[in-house]
Amino acid sequence: MSLYEKRNQIYPKLAHGKFRMVKWVVMAITLGIYYVIPWIRWPRGAGIPDQAVLADFEGEKFYFFFFEIWPQEIYFLGGLIILAALALFLVTSVLGRVWCGYTCPQTVWTDLYIWVERAFEGDRAARMRLDLGPMTFNKAWRKAGKHAVWLLIAFVTGGAFILYWHDAPTIARTFFTGEAPLTAYFFAGVLTFTTYMLAGTMREQVCTYLCPWPRIQGALTDEHALNVTYRYDRGEPRGALHKDQGFAGRGDCIDCKQCVQVCPMGIDIRDGAQLECIHCALCIDACDDIMRKVDRPTGLIAYDTDRAVSLRAEGKPTKYKFLRTRTMLYASLIVVISALMLWGYTSKSVYEFNVLKDRSPPFVRLSDGSVRNGYTLKLVNKSTTAQTVNVSVIGLDGAEFEIIGVGTAPHGGTLTLTPEAHGVDRYRMLVTVPPHEASDDDRLIVQLTDIHSGATITAAAPFTTGDR
Amino acid sequence: MTDHKPDVDEHSGTETTGHTGDGIQELNTPLPRWWLFIFFATIVWAVIYMVLMPAIPALPGTGMTNTLGTRGYSDRALVAQELSALNAERSAGASALVSASLSEIENDLSLQQFALAMGESAFGDNCATCHGAGGRGAKGYPMLADDIWLWDGTLDGIETTLLHGIRHTEDPDTRQSAMPAFGRDGLLSDKEIEDLVQYVLSLSGGSKDAAAISRAAPIFAQQCAICHGATGTGNRQIGAPNLTDAEWLYGGEVRDISLTIHNARNSHMPAWQGRLDEATIKALAVYVHSLGGGEK
Repeated sequence: MSLYEKRNQIYPKLAHGKFRMVKWVVMAITLGIYYVIPWIRWPRGAGIPDQAVLADFEGEKFYFFFFEIWPQEIYFLGGLIILAALALFLVTSVLGRVWCGYTCPQTVWTDLYIWVERAFEGDRAARMRLDLGPMTFNKAWRKAGKHAVWLLIAFVTGGAFILYWHDAPTIARTFFTGEAPLTAYFFAGVLTFTTYMLAGTMREQVCTYLCPWPRIQGALTDEHALNVTYRYDRGEPRGALHKDQGFAGRGDCIDCKQCVQVCPMGIDIRDGAQLECIHCALCIDACDDIMRKVDRPTGLIAYDTDRAVSLRAEGKPTKYKFLRTRTMLYASLIVVISALMLWGYTSKSVYEFNVLKDRSPPFVRLSDGSVRNGYTLKLVNKSTTAQTVNVSVIGLDGAEFEIIGVGTAPHGGTLTLTPEAHGVDRYRMLVTVPPHEASDDDRLIVQLTDIHSGATITAAAPFTTGDR
Repeated sequence: MTDHKPDVDEHSGTETTGHTGDGIQELNTPLPRWWLFIFFATIVWAVIYMVLMPAIPALPGTGMTNTLGTRGYSDRALVAQELSALNAERSAGASALVSASLSEIENDLSLQQFALAMGESAFGDNCATCHGAGGRGAKGYPMLADDIWLWDGTLDGIETTLLHGIRHTEDPDTRQSAMPAFGRDGLLSDKEIEDLVQYVLSLSGGSKDAAAISRAAPIFAQQCAICHGATGTGNRQIGAPNLTDAEWLYGGEVRDISLTIHNARNSHMPAWQGRLDEATIKALAVYVHSLGGGEK
């Protein structure tokens, strides 16, 4: 008895068929998106990054084509993550683990790595022979070549990752001249290492041991979800097909084990739904191939629901049910949250304006008995040009105010500010109210008026008098 | 290890460890072996770390607090490095502060914002201990946000106070004055001080004891008016406070004022020249001036 289990190397055989083709196409698209997107330019104005997709940590902005997210709008990012989660829930409850099978980076890169492995070492049988055989020159150069190409892909993956956090053409140059920031080298190194490890050597163990999603999806899928399914109603009893033997009185499964040999997870789909299965559908291609050869209808392994299979096993008509409470709930949540976010985004103002009251001292009594409170005005100008706004104070009787470095306004007066383009300005503001004019129930309301558009925006803050 | 075949649980098809209790079998679901290798790797890493980095507390009497490690790593050296990196990062802004006048700093928005940010953190580190966060003050430590100043509330005046301190004897340019300890040194009797307290209170409308006030009027004119002024409005040249406002640095109760006259207060503020660099002192002057009390 052993407490630790040695990993059994899996040698997936190349499958041919429509799902294999879909997987090649999805791989090309997803890898294309990953490597190309940082190079797309999207002019926004002078002094603002022109990269279509950029997480600009230095400038504290997130750019996504026409979207632009400032730190104070980080809830949009939260909304996007919620939408992504709900979309994953919806897809899983209708189509099972299509995310795992086709688009998960672990699946895509592992598929790419196996493709390289096959190019150097041949298909399943050849690879197994090579691994069993002694170390020869032939084995050495094939192994070395494979690992070299793997490392190259890993480095390109890690290198492309950092393009999302910096201006792509600049970092692509400075990375090799040694002028890039340390974090760029660090993360390129980390991603190179993890890509090589996860896609090259760990592969299916990532899904089985590391990933939480196979556990979570157990709660999201049910007997109505389409999963890669072995139709045992049709396949059993299975058995090898002997010459001149017909299919009468037996199942269609000829126990050829092609479904097991193509499986990148090394499992037998005929054991039913299982945690390890990533639903990549390659066993469907392999089985359909065999069914055509033995002249039986394809689809012994197919996308099907547990319910449909058990209904057929009982001899009842098959029923599919995609409009279920859970799918409709996910779909309507996606619609509602998208609408909320769209509304939030389109009703965004050019300005973001806050008035922050000094916490210490809470108020200052002047020698003539009047009361003064200190504030910080924080004015964000999201437009790409400098603006001019008038500031006035409403809601406090007799209030005068001063903005340090700008000037003093009498009661009812205004001061003019010119917030810089695409930036955040802070101003220190002092508001003074004559003796006994204000009470602690009063609130300071500061109004900004854009002098070109006439649009106003207000922000409020408490006013403390110290009276009891 | 035994060579007989391990027991297999019928229901799940999993090997068992052979342990049973109350008829319950323990299934053997082995961890992957790479997990074990990672465990060994962490042990190797711990040994390497102990050689490279400061790790093991040293025995008493060896004169060392711990083993130093071969890489010569030190948190203290790292702090010094980070401080000099911070100064280098600030140098452009700091030299702009040094070359500009105080009023230029306050009226140029970008210089002002730099000075306020720098001043705020320097104030928190050096000044807030006595003057409180935001200059709110405390008994014996002046509030810096109101319009009452003992010495000078202009930008230049605040800078002078910061540079040279108040009654800081090591600095010849410090702001200097001394109120006599009228009671302790026997200049006035207890009864006279009692009357004088009523007189001082009356200057801000705080006493109605007409007899005491009229007894103390000549004493005030003789002993106090030379610094605090005939009407008690004070003298900023020598830091003599205005006695006619209702603000009291050391408290406005009879007992507080009586103690002030008896012992005198004459508090101190250290000179910051030489402790803080020029840019920081200028940033502090602009920051304190912006707190609200700043005079033109």
